[in-house]
Amino acid sequence: MLDLLSEFIGALRDAGLAVSLSEAVDAAEAVSQIGIEDRALFKAVLGATLVKSYAYWDTFDLVFETYFALRGPEFDIEGRDANPPASESLGSGHHNGRCGLSHQELNELLYQALLAGDALTVSSLARAAVSMFAGMEAGRPVGGTYYLFRTLRQVDLDGLAERMMVTARSAGDGPLPALDERLAADEHRSRLDHLRHEIEAEIRRRLVGDRGPEAVARTLRKPMPEDVDFMHASRDELAALRRAIYPLTRKLASCLARRRRHGRHGPLDFRATVRHSLSYGGVPVEPHFRRPTPSKPEIMVIADISGSVAAFARFTLQLVYAISSQFSRVRSFVFVDGIDEVTALFEGSDDVGEALASVNANAEVIWVDGHSNYGHALQVFWDRWGPEVSARTNVIILGDARNNYHSSSAWVVATLRTQAKHVWWLNPEPRSYWDTGDSIASEYAAACDGAFECRNLRQLERFVEQLA
Amino acid sequence: MGTEAAAERLNFSSAAAVAQGLEGVGYLADPATPAVVWLGQRLGKPVLVEGPAGTGKTELAKAVAAMSGARLIRLQCYEGLDEAKALYEWNYKRQLLRIQAGRSQAGRSQAGGSQAGGSQAGRSQAGRSQAGGEGWADLEEDIFSEEFLLARPLLEAIRATDPVVLLIDEVDRVEVETEALLLEVLSDYQVSIPELGTMRSTQVPLVFLTSNNTRELSEALKRRCLYLHIDYPDIERERRIVKARVPGIANELAEQVARVVASLRTLDLHKHPSISETIDWARTLVLLGTDSIDAEVVRDSLHILLKYRADIARATKELALP
Repeated sequence: MLDLLSEFIGALRDAGLAVSLSEAVDAAEAVSQIGIEDRALFKAVLGATLVKSYAYWDTFDLVFETYFALRGPEFDIEGRDANPPASESLGSGHHNGRCGLSHQELNELLYQALLAGDALTVSSLARAAVSMFAGMEAGRPVGGTYYLFRTLRQVDLDGLAERMMVTARSAGDGPLPALDERLAADEHRSRLDHLRHEIEAEIRRRLVGDRGPEAVARTLRKPMPEDVDFMHASRDELAALRRAIYPLTRKLASCLARRRRHGRHGPLDFRATVRHSLSYGGVPVEPHFRRPTPSKPEIMVIADISGSVAAFARFTLQLVYAISSQFSRVRSFVFVDGIDEVTALFEGSDDVGEALASVNANAEVIWVDGHSNYGHALQVFWDRWGPEVSARTNVIILGDARNNYHSSSAWVVATLRTQAKHVWWLNPEPRSYWDTGDSIASEYAAACDGAFECRNLRQLERFVEQLA
Repeated sequence: MGTEAAAERLNFSSAAAVAQGLEGVGYLADPATPAVVWLGQRLGKPVLVEGPAGTGKTELAKAVAAMSGARLIRLQCYEGLDEAKALYEWNYKRQLLRIQAGRSQAGRSQAGGSQAGGSQAGRSQAGRSQAGGEGWADLEEDIFSEEFLLARPLLEAIRATDPVVLLIDEVDRVEVETEALLLEVLSDYQVSIPELGTMRSTQVPLVFLTSNNTRELSEALKRRCLYLHIDYPDIERERRIVKARVPGIANELAEQVARVVASLRTLDLHKHPSISETIDWARTLVLLGTDSIDAEVVRDSLHILLKYRADIARATKELALP
């Protein structure tokens, strides 16, 4: 048991979770208290002792399901046992994942179970569906997504959703009110998500049976949301990033607000000290200090929003605006080869996401051909807004500095630096790519107070934190 | 004797028993919760409960206290919480009074003994320092005794002889440095007071910490705790919660309430409706005599569930309310 546990903890550590020694000891103690009969309890207990942050829960879930995939009593890898107790209630006596049911019958049963919201039956049918449709073969070197795709093509989730909606509509008399329709759709979607999840889990179980947990865990390993590269994020990863950024901004905002208020003591407040000493008979027991009032910096963000770096600009702007209360003023400018101020778009709406969406429609950022031209954009910035940059302004320039071989106008950055408090450059490319091809990152970097590589949320967070 | 009883009463036989007990006091837990509570009691470890606002984190501690008949001691955390508010404080005023009382006594006896009025001041000065030299140890022992100690929640929980559940609410609101105050209490169930020595608890209290996750708690704190994440319930559990908490609600109405709320939670809102808001909403509907929910009802009472204007606007649009 202990060996198993320490192997499992090793797998968690490989997946990027920090599990300390004392936590491992706790887990061992806890497991010795409960035994391993109850799988759900076992999982809850391991989760409570080993995973101390909800952000890591998905990773834990995945590792657990891979690692203990075949160690529960109810999971038999061979298709012949694919009908667990629940499916016996489906009638028609003996049927089996492989031969008892035809394709249509299985889909029909699945549809009935989904409609009734019977989670247990759905799970067992998902298992049957995998053994029937996925066509898994031992030792075949394809990933789990291939099997998932094959199964889902046959199960046809969209078709099922459509049929369930039709049934829901025909249940009442007359057409369904819009609200009920929406509620039904939401409920169906969550049931279909459950089905999809079950199918994925079943495929994973079978893969583990075929290749062993270590190999599967390796292929399934995903980076944590805050480590995902902005430039190469897939659509799902971008969605995960968007979800991750909201709690992050809130955390950052409250952390900064606290730091501002709890800054170091100011000078002695003589009046208050004497006033409070009266209750101790004139002995100044508690000295009082003035509250310091640190000045708030002004921020100007100049962001390249051409295709390659748009996602990066988006996240940075979102982060900066979320903590805008920490700055006296935030102004934002976007460019591709032309440049435009978009501050008004952000100030007019309390939803940063919406404002970002409207930037593309409202800002005039195309000058000639819609390819990045840092030189021209910077020059126009200097001509139009240069005089407004004051000694209290922090200028942040976002971009990969891929200038399409136009002139650099690095003198603008250098002049800004003499005029502003700081000029920083955030580059979403890894440092090793700088100055390759048409990138002139180090020419700009030399003119700035600092140029940072900012490839993922973690690096971005660190930068914004030190900014305020 | 008290501790014996405590040990007996705060002893849950199994996770299932905890689930049953919680249900008995009207708290319908998700599957993982009873297991973690039980484990916390078994291992004598604090339980750190995280999750979105209004999912019943504080309620869990109250329910556990209620089901086990233990006393609930609550420490509400806030910015600027210090050890004087969390652990203990010396009762300054009483100490001052005690010192003054001692001084005036000593002064009176000396004034009686002295004759020469001119050297009064000088002699009294010398006399006091002498009297102080004699009485200082006594005095110090006296004013730094338990009589002058104001026990704040953490110390109170440690000193309790009856069974207690200690709830440290919204621990993410204190500064990182203040968190360190909790560490000694949480890992060893003891409080060190320099003047008195270490106070050890006679029993292991069941400790719950709640956090809304506005900041990352320190590793040191997390390491000492078991972790429990409470999320919004699914439709079925929410329906049962509404049934349990709102007397006289019809089954269908409870079901509809749960479905509408579940739908709202799938939207991208500033703040999703919490369980307590769901219950408030259900109560309102019962009071209004509503027996089934349609779009008008939802529109008119949406402000009970959602507290931001932008959220209400978005929900109205997304749910196609009139």
